[in-house]
Amino acid sequence: MDIGTTRRVSLFFAAHATKIHKTPLTFLKGFATMKRYSAFAVAREAMRHHTGWGRAWAKPTQPKKKYDAIIVGAGGHGLATAYYLGKNFGITNVAILEKGWLGGGNTGRNTTIIRSNYLQDPSAAIYEKSRSLYETMSQDLNYNVMFSPRGVIMLAQTQSEIRGYKRTAHANALQGVKTEWIEPARVKELVPIMNIDGPRYPVLGGLWQARGGTARHDAVAWGYARACSDMGMDVIQQCEVTGVRTSGGKVVGVDTTKGAIDCDKLGMVVAGHASVLAEKAGFRLPMESVALQALVSEPIKPCMDVVVMANTVHGYMSQSDKGEMVIGGGTDGYNNYTQRGSFHHIEETVRALVETFPMIGRLKMLRQWGGIVDVTGDRSPILSKTPVDGIFVNCGWGTGGFKAIPGSGWAMAELMAKGESPLTDEYNMFRFREGKFIDESVAAGVAH
Amino acid sequence: MLTLNCPYCGVDADETDLHGEGEAHLKRFGPNSTDDEFHDYLFQRQNPKGVHFERWRHVYGCGKFFHAARCTATLEVFGTYLAQTLEPPQDIKDKITAKRPSWTWGNFS
Repeated sequence: MDIGTTRRVSLFFAAHATKIHKTPLTFLKGFATMKRYSAFAVAREAMRHHTGWGRAWAKPTQPKKKYDAIIVGAGGHGLATAYYLGKNFGITNVAILEKGWLGGGNTGRNTTIIRSNYLQDPSAAIYEKSRSLYETMSQDLNYNVMFSPRGVIMLAQTQSEIRGYKRTAHANALQGVKTEWIEPARVKELVPIMNIDGPRYPVLGGLWQARGGTARHDAVAWGYARACSDMGMDVIQQCEVTGVRTSGGKVVGVDTTKGAIDCDKLGMVVAGHASVLAEKAGFRLPMESVALQALVSEPIKPCMDVVVMANTVHGYMSQSDKGEMVIGGGTDGYNNYTQRGSFHHIEETVRALVETFPMIGRLKMLRQWGGIVDVTGDRSPILSKTPVDGIFVNCGWGTGGFKAIPGSGWAMAELMAKGESPLTDEYNMFRFREGKFIDESVAAGVAH
Repeated sequence: MLTLNCPYCGVDADETDLHGEGEAHLKRFGPNSTDDEFHDYLFQRQNPKGVHFERWRHVYGCGKFFHAARCTATLEVFGTYLAQTLEPPQDIKDKITAKRPSWTWGNFS
């Protein structure tokens, strides 16, 4: 069907073969319940009324006394960090602590868009790494994350956007990120339901990334959790970190609602609550937390098989596999930790989208929700050492974190294991002091 | 919808009439300040989960800047006060203390 299929099939079998050798070891560790998912397993279970499916991941209720590394936050980024610590660096004595439930923060609240069409080189590097890891994630994790590279269009609706996106397309060509500038007729061909004639903002073209798309957000968290658990890591839910213990400027452990735990290294990967956790460790972060909302319509028949982002009018939309139109908009203009946003932002977003897609005008909206996003001074993330030795922070993904999950985890794991990573060098939290911004928001006209 | 009382014109303004202007009571640093001071002034923010002080502007009303004391964890508004002050007035602090006895914010409590 597509060029990746052959490679993925061979990867699947390669992964499968490796796994067979690992099975006795996992058995000794006490994680024998995890079975590989495959067409054969589905057939086998169909024959016995699906009585043989084990737990997808172990559910330890109490943490151990000490771990080599603790990751705070069992969302996509935290779990991916833990996964690559184990997979790439062999560090498996790891706990992932989650105050709520697995993937229940922004990982479960975003609009699942994956793209890497950024202007600045450090952004292109980490987001394209991430996008490419999504390509094989289902095979790597043996868990179907439903990655759907259906293509992403960012609409140009003003002259400055035309210039901006053409510039980005040229930058992407130099960075090795495959994107192209497309004319309005091609936009209409890709999205027949779009009204490209205005009235307020006619579509003047777009930046097209054919291998961008969507994935199943919960499955990304679940897949990583299952793989982490399989490596012997502890994913501990309902375990809130209440304090960070340091000694001589170095981290020694955390206090939690399930007791004190010691660790050599601590990774803070808590998105909107990064400032709150950093304060417990005695330092501050250059960021603010605001609410970002999304909503979905009632399910309808397939009508749009690409992701469309319209940054001037501030709305983006895709159709989920269930048929719901998934819609995202802008952030609130003030600090907020309540996971709900202001109604007028929904109104603004929907008004813009109804203008661009007249046929959705009579759709009913089913659900609306908010998440707390962490926005830095230059709208780019922070993956960094901190003033406390042994504490690393991964935050500031703001309104675009989902697409970055695997790349962020990959880079953060390298940073935690080796103390540096080429992907995180320019994302350190001290860049603001020197004015070395990674200025995506203004340069690329990205919606925020 | 967030509603704030504008202390200048007395209107209970909806948030669509207002514009958030960020953290209040920042001490401004410029020439001759240290790198740390300038960095903190430009980028470091309290970003508290709880009591917060902000600047707002009644942009589609009287146009004036003012201050608001809010809770970012509940969206409760403790009160609004005039812009010409370096710290929250005592009556606002008292109102907050009545509801959040152990609050602190920067150098205030």
